[in-house]
Parts: sequence; C-alpha cells; structure tokens
Amino acid sequence: MTTESDLKPRYVGQSMKRREDPQLITGRGTYLDDIKLPAMLHVALVRSPYAHAQITAIDARRALNRRGVVAVFTGQDMLDINPLPCAWQAGRVTNHVNTPRALAVDTVRHVGEPVAMVLAEDRYVARDAADMVDVSYEPLPAVVDARDAIQPGAPQLHANAPNNIVMEWEAGDRAKTDAAFAQAEVVVAEPIINQRLIPTPMETRGTVARYDAATGEFTVWMTSQAPHVMRLLLTAFVFGIPETKLRCISPHIGGGFGQKIFCYNDMAFTMWAARKLGRPVKFVEERSENYRASTHGRDHITDAELCGRRDGTITGLRVKTHANLGAYLSTIAPGIPTTLYGRIITGVYAIPAAYCHVTGVYTNTAMVDAYRGAGRPEASYLIERMVDRFAAEIGMDPAEVRRKNFIQPDQFPYENGLGLLPYDSGNYAPALDKALEMVGYADFRALQAEARTQGRYVGLGISSYVEICGVAPSAWIGLAGEGWGAGLFESANVRVHLTGKVVVTTGSLPHGQGLETTFAQIVADELGVPYADVEIEWGDTQGTPFGYGTYGSRSLTVGGTAIKKSLDKIKAKAKRLAAHMLEANADDIEFADGKAFVRGAPAQAKTLAEIALQASVAYSLPEGMEPFLDETSYYDPPNCTFPFGTHIGIVEVDPETGHVDLQRYIAVDDCGNLINPLVVEGQIHGGIVQGIAQALYEQAIYDTNGQLLTGTLLDYAIPTAAMAPHIETAHTITPSPVNPLGVKGAGEAGTIGAAQCVMNAIIDALAPLGVKHMQMPATPERVWKAIHKEL
Amino acid sequence: MIPSPFEYLAPTSVAEAITLLQEYGEDAKILAGGHSLIPAMKLRLSAPSILIDITRIAELRGIVVNGNINIGAGTTWQMIEHHPELKQLCPVLPQAVARIGDIQVRNRGTLGGSLAHADPAADITAVVLVLDAQIRTQGPNGSRSIPAADFFVDMLTTALEPEELITAIICPRLGTDEGAAYTKFPHPASRYPIVGAAAYLKMSDGKVSACRVAITGAGPMPTRQIACEQALLGTDGSDTAIANAAALAGQEMEILGDIHASEEYRRAMVQVYAKRALLKARGAITS
Repeated sequence: MTTESDLKPRYVGQSMKRREDPQLITGRGTYLDDIKLPAMLHVALVRSPYAHAQITAIDARRALNRRGVVAVFTGQDMLDINPLPCAWQAGRVTNHVNTPRALAVDTVRHVGEPVAMVLAEDRYVARDAADMVDVSYEPLPAVVDARDAIQPGAPQLHANAPNNIVMEWEAGDRAKTDAAFAQAEVVVAEPIINQRLIPTPMETRGTVARYDAATGEFTVWMTSQAPHVMRLLLTAFVFGIPETKLRCISPHIGGGFGQKIFCYNDMAFTMWAARKLGRPVKFVEERSENYRASTHGRDHITDAELCGRRDGTITGLRVKTHANLGAYLSTIAPGIPTTLYGRIITGVYAIPAAYCHVTGVYTNTAMVDAYRGAGRPEASYLIERMVDRFAAEIGMDPAEVRRKNFIQPDQFPYENGLGLLPYDSGNYAPALDKALEMVGYADFRALQAEARTQGRYVGLGISSYVEICGVAPSAWIGLAGEGWGAGLFESANVRVHLTGKVVVTTGSLPHGQGLETTFAQIVADELGVPYADVEIEWGDTQGTPFGYGTYGSRSLTVGGTAIKKSLDKIKAKAKRLAAHMLEANADDIEFADGKAFVRGAPAQAKTLAEIALQASVAYSLPEGMEPFLDETSYYDPPNCTFPFGTHIGIVEVDPETGHVDLQRYIAVDDCGNLINPLVVEGQIHGGIVQGIAQALYEQAIYDTNGQLLTGTLLDYAIPTAAMAPHIETAHTITPSPVNPLGVKGAGEAGTIGAAQCVMNAIIDALAPLGVKHMQMPATPERVWKAIHKEL
Repeated sequence: MIPSPFEYLAPTSVAEAITLLQEYGEDAKILAGGHSLIPAMKLRLSAPSILIDITRIAELRGIVVNGNINIGAGTTWQMIEHHPELKQLCPVLPQAVARIGDIQVRNRGTLGGSLAHADPAADITAVVLVLDAQIRTQGPNGSRSIPAADFFVDMLTTALEPEELITAIICPRLGTDEGAAYTKFPHPASRYPIVGAAAYLKMSDGKVSACRVAITGAGPMPTRQIACEQALLGTDGSDTAIANAAALAGQEMEILGDIHASEEYRRAMVQVYAKRALLKARGAITS
C-alpha cells in the first residue's frame, strides 16, 4: 500500500541539470539591453569627475544643438520627485540619513555621481552629446577613508551628519566583555581590514521605462533582484503615485551578487523622463560607470581583540568597526554592518562575553551595500582570523582550538548574546572532522615540517563558519526591531490548469541560483506530476504575488517554503474534490504519487489531472467549493536559518616572488537538506571563488582625491575559472527545524567561508618567519614584503 | 564604451594604406587587431577621426620560413602560436605568444600592431629584442629594416615614421646551441606583465658566447639589460653565474611603480624573472 509517508521522492535530492541553462548558454536569453521599444530614447549621463564639488553652472546648449539630441535634464528639473529611500536603517539607533537624488542637485559627493542626463535618438549620439554638456564645478576637499572622515576638520559631506557619522551601533554586553578582558590570561589584538570590493556582475545594470499617458501607468524593465520592492519604493517614496501605476519587470539577469537589489537613481530618472517626454527611455551602464556609481561591498576597518585562557578556551571578543558606507546611504546599507555583521561576530564559538561597536561613515566614494554574503563574510573573516591568531599565540593546534570552543549540539537553539535570534540547529565538529580527514591533516603537518626544512613555505588554513540565511521573521527584522523598513516573507502561487500542467509564480527572483530547477523538483514530487509539466514564473509584478525578491540566500528557505505551503493547500483541496468525485469521505482520501485515492483501496483513485479538470470546468464541485486548483501562500518564517561548515585550504608561497599557489581547497558545507546537490555545488563553487578572489586579488582603490584607480577590468582583478583551484566538496546534513523543507540556504556560504581559509593558510605558511597577520588581498607584493621584512 | 565618431577605411594593399596615411596625416590611426586601440577609443582616451583598417591587406599576413623567419606584420598571435615550423625553429615565439591575453585576444591581436603600439607592458617586445629581430617597414620613401634594439624609443614611441607601416618582422632560426625563453609575472586582471623577462643564450665550447636579456612591463619601454648580458658572457652559464648576472638586471633602466606593484618590488622581480628567463633559455639549448 502506498501512503504519503513512504512516498519516495523522484526529483528532490537528484543532481538535475539546470533547466534554465540551455536558453542562456545558447544566447537566447532576454536581458535588459535586449529590450527595444518603438520610439525609445537612449540616455547618456554626464557624471562628476570630482569626488566632492559644488555644481556652479550647467550649460547644455552645445549638446542640445547636436542633431538627434531630444533633451538634456539636470537635478534641478527633477525636484518634483523625492530622493531615493533608505529602506533599512540600523535598528534602535539614530541614523543620519542622506540618500541620492535622481540627479545631483548643487553638490556632488563622489566621482561618477550623475549630474545631467542626455536623451537622444540613439546611444551613440547620446554619448557624444554628453561630452558637450558644460558643467562648472567648484571642487571641495574630499575624504575617502572612514577613519579620516570622522576626524575633526575632515571635509563634511552632509549637513545633518556631523563628523560624517551615519550611526553608532552596538551589540553584546560591553561591561561583561571588558571584565573578561581584564581577567584574561591571553589577549590578542589585530587591525582587521576587510577591503572594499566591486561586485562586478557580468551584466551591468540598466533600466527601460515606458509611460502610458492615457492610463497614467509606468512599465519599467530593470536589472533588479527585487522588482516588487522597487515598485513599492519608486511609487510610494520617490514619485508619490499609487503603487498600481507601476509595473516592474526583471528580465534575465546576468549576475547580481547583491548589487542589483537596490533602488538606483536611473530607475527614477528614466521614469521621470519617460513621463516628461512621452517616449520610452533606456539607460544601460557602461562597465566603468558600474564601477564608479553602482554599489560596492565590504570596506570595514576594524580593531579586533580576542581573549582567552592558555588551555585554549576563548573567553571574550571585543570589536570596533568603522564601516565605510560611501557618499550616500544605498537602499539597505546600514543594515549590513549591523544586523548581518555585529550580531554574528562570535561565529561558531560559544564565547561568553562579546561586544561589537560599529560606526557607519560617509565618505566621498561610491555607496557600499550588500555584496554576496553581506556582513557575514566580514564577521567570519574577523573571528576566524582572530581564532587562528589566538591559537598561534598559545601554541595550540588551530583545529583543536576550534573544536574546544564550538557551540555544542545540545546547546541548540543557541543564543549568542549579540541580539540575534537563536541559531536554529548545528553540529559543527563533524564538518571540521570531515574536512580534516579529506585533507589528511596529520599527514599534512608532517609534510609541512619536512617542506620547511627544505626552505619551502607550505601552509594550511582552516575556516569554520556559520552564517544567517532567510532573514526573518518580519516582526524581528522589521522597523521596530532591526530596522528593516518592511517585511521579509515570501510569496508563491500554485495553479494546476485544466490540462494538468502546473504553474508556479514566485515572489523570488531567480537570477543564476538554479531556482527554477530546484523549485520544479519540489513541485513535481509533491504533486506527483512530471517535472516537465511544472513551469516556474517570476519577475513581473503584474503576474506574481508581492514578494521580496532574491538575496540573502533566502529563496529556497523562504520562497521554497511558500511554494510548499501552496502545494499543501492544493493537495488538501484536491483530496476534498477527489472525495466528491469518488463519493467517499474526504477524511478517507490520501494523496500520493499524483493521485488521490481511498485509503486502503488505491484502485479507487483520481489523478491530479482528472481532479484539475473537474476543478477547472466546475461541472460538479462539493458544496461551497470554488472552482480551480489555485492557491497562494505567504510564508514568514519563525527564524532565520544558520548554515555552517568548515573549509580548508593548502597553499605554497614562492618566497622569491610572494606568489601564493592555492593547491587544494576543501569545502564541507552544511546547508541542511539538499534539494539539488548539483545546484548546491555550483553555488558553493561560485561563492568560494569570490571569497578566494577577496583573499588574493580584489581591492577597490581610491586615491586621496577620491578618484577610483581600479576603474576598469584592466585594473580590478576578478577571478576567472582559470584562476580557481579544484574544489573538493562534501556535506554534512543538519536539517533546519525552521522550515518544512529542512533547508538552510547555500547561495553565500562559499563566499562567507573562503577568504579567511586562504589567509589563514598563507599566514600558516609564513609562520616560521614570524608572520602573524596580513591584510587582504595577499598580493604577491604584500606577501613578499612580509617575507623580506622578516628575512 | 562608445567611441567618438570616426570614418573607417579598409585598404587592400600596403601602398594604398600608405597613400591614405599621407592623405589624412595625424587624424588617422592604423587599425590592426584593435586590442589596444579600440579599448582606448571606447574610453575616449583616443579619438582618431579616421581609422585605416589594415587587416584586409593579404600581403601583411603569414609566416614564411627560409634562411630566416619572416612574419608578416598582420599575422595574428593565434597563427604564430600554432605554427608548426615556428615551434621547431624559434620555439620562444609561440611559447611567449601563448601567454598573451586569452584566446579571443590572440585570435585578433597582431605582432605588427603590438610592436607599433609599443605598450610598455607588451609581452612580445622583450622577445623581439632578445631575438635581435629586424623590423621591416614601408613608407612613402620606400622600405627599410630597423634592428629591434633601435626600434623602441620611449613609452608608446617607436622609430616608425608617421607615414610608415610595419610590414614584417624578421627573426632568426635558432640553432641547437641557442636557447631563448620568456617568463612573466602577469597582472591577475589584465594579464599584462607586471614584469616580463626574455632571455637568449648561445653556448659555445661550454661557455656563454652570446647573451641577450630584455625586460618589459617594469619601465616605460622594453629594455635590454646590457650589464646583465655582459656579466654572463664568457662564463660557464651555471646557476651561480646566471644568478650573479641576473642580480644586475634592472640597474640601467627606469623602473615604474603604480597601484599594481611598487618600484621596489618591481625592481626585485626584474632580477628574479631575469634569472628565471635565463635558466629557462639555458634549458632550451638542445646540443
């Protein structure tokens, strides 16, 4: 007898190839720049060459005389719309909020800030004419470093933010932590710089806006990870029009990594101009524009101290961080170095006393906001570097220090004392053990000792991380709590059509995570329908229920669970209808393998297709039942999920040049149940490579005048496949109790685990030279200097 | 990523290209593979009003081996990298070329274009110097042959006259007692050498009878390392002799520092890579 409980999943757990790939890798996707509308105008921007300046005059006459130029607008023209909103302010403290306008008004505060827009019949003419707009500036002194910006006498960016301070925020127990340090046997302290990174999605950002004067409705295509949120922000906050007057559509997206979550000024100025001129308006960034004016990530300068006993017990962690947030607050910028960083600085360890103080700072640089991992890479880098530093100080094996201080399985749900919701579940030692076993830890130490006698510098780095995914519930993260200006639930509608085909519309916004595949696997199993009969729809606010979009590794945990809830409702309704069709009691009906049947009599069955047909034609329904199998759910989880794992890297350093050869990389991740191991593998790989790149290659550099020196892909090194090591992956599985799928999220884990893994390995390699700490990126020159300073 | 407006001309003979250069003068730029010029135009760092595309000039393409190796200026990296005879007769060329950019770049970029542009971080310039190649040019006053040692004048500046084209590069066939090599420290983003070193060695009767070393990437122009070369001449070419000679590399040239590498570090790497290039060149000697 088949029952629901012994149903074998056919798709869940299988490494199915991503159904979204054939279209994309054969060049048949539709990206923002593929959208061409009749009579569409093209925008080129006049951007500030100065990091800080007064705009004294703008003369567009030469540009307007160029044939093909339709209009030139400036910030003064757009005073009828509001500045962009900041939707996540640091919770429970005062935030001195300054956000960008559609175009700068009077003052520019970073290089690349848009000053004027040229609209022309084609983008070539627009670009030529942009050079013909004469802007007069009176340059002002600039400041780019967060520590410099808060000094007395530093250039001031905003009248309402004295000393350029956005907010002062803290987590943990300061007095208890100070006491722990006062009594400590061992204290280690290091400056920890988490350098500024440029997210660099392969596709830059862009917007196409159309306005229908007859209906007063906008349609806006955007490279957005969160079109529903953009619709809300642009209507309710920027334009002051009914939300119903804007339809937002995200076409295929060529990588987001967080940079495409936010509300940008191009959304506002294209809409404004489309309404003004009555013609569609398109703006697509050039790469160098993306680098200067779309959001960056990280940029923390931290003083970290860790204390403990000589037996390896960690007793305290004290952290003071200056978070550079750039010239204005991007959409969710203040939430990143606070909730997603300060509340998880103790990582996987049961540290009895911890305190974190964060100062958010304005500087004359591009805005900083969430970038893959968003706060958690900064936290895990900090704690994992400091744990290694502590282990070296007391002469204890770094693996043993980790094991000794891990939060124990019986301590879950675990409160870390930093104001976070309790860690949902975890079992950290098995992941560490598995990684140590895979790398051959004992053998490695012997080989390392041997290599050192030959003058070779070989090192092993361990990173045991935990992170926060599927941030929720809304009541905790929201305005009165952590300061997020809305909710963080997710939505899903499931419909079984007359033909038995299943359509799922999700408020998630898949853009490379393999979610179409993963979601379809869940749906096909739950409803017992062929995988090919499941269609996942997303991206258009007109056709999807309100959802918050895809970021923060939330789409499976929250969005996937919303789908699961709708599927449960579909099955419940199908059972009631089947009972009616079979003239049986609804309580006696079971649903399994795509059929509803009378318990104990599986021959008496109706397939889902038969039930859907009956529901759709509605010739004979039970009393009071509405036609159609169509169910919508909104899922607001009771807690976040907390994936974890241990990564181990092995490097060899060339002492002559300082080059780091990353020879092995082992990743043991626990993201709860795996729906599609292949998709998880891809997410882990990509994340790790981005983390390795932070350790070895990437760094956005501004000069003291605020000019971005790493302004092109010639100068800013992003990793390629050829630069990535072979990554050896494995999993432990600790299901999350937070959601019925038992999943935890995997989109950012790799990035969160990787950077410190590489850095710890390099520092381990150089330990015989007395090297105890090094900042990222570990460029050959930096490593060489560390070696040759000591030699 | 949109250049200023320009007019595009595509001559099919060297003579026609020279006539166009004479006609348009400084307004014109020669377009070969375009991998330096087009990015500069897209960033509007360069805004020529006339582009003379020489990629349709058949006589500029191809590799002919006779007494020497004659490589047409319009020959792409890809053609050099995969030329079977070159791999035998002058293996340093395909080996060095294989490390330029990526496959897409090598499918378009040309030897002549790279030499004419004389980017201080070009790879092949150092190899051309140590091979003592001849740069064949043609202009309104006829053709001439410029030794590589005289060709590079300063940053982005060569001995080429404004109305001249490079037509070919003449490289020697290497004997079994000769070896040459190129090593580089590539920037992780651009793959341009932060330091690149080329070396050529000839051994006769157990002694170094000829030696040339050139550095690229580290200074304003590719530069022969004469002190280093002379220190190695007449020695036995041992590891120690090479290390001692390499320690003199970089002494007679200006070394630049930037965000990618400081002057101090580049100077140290010039010595390291000169040594590695020499060791590799020695290893390439087969007799």
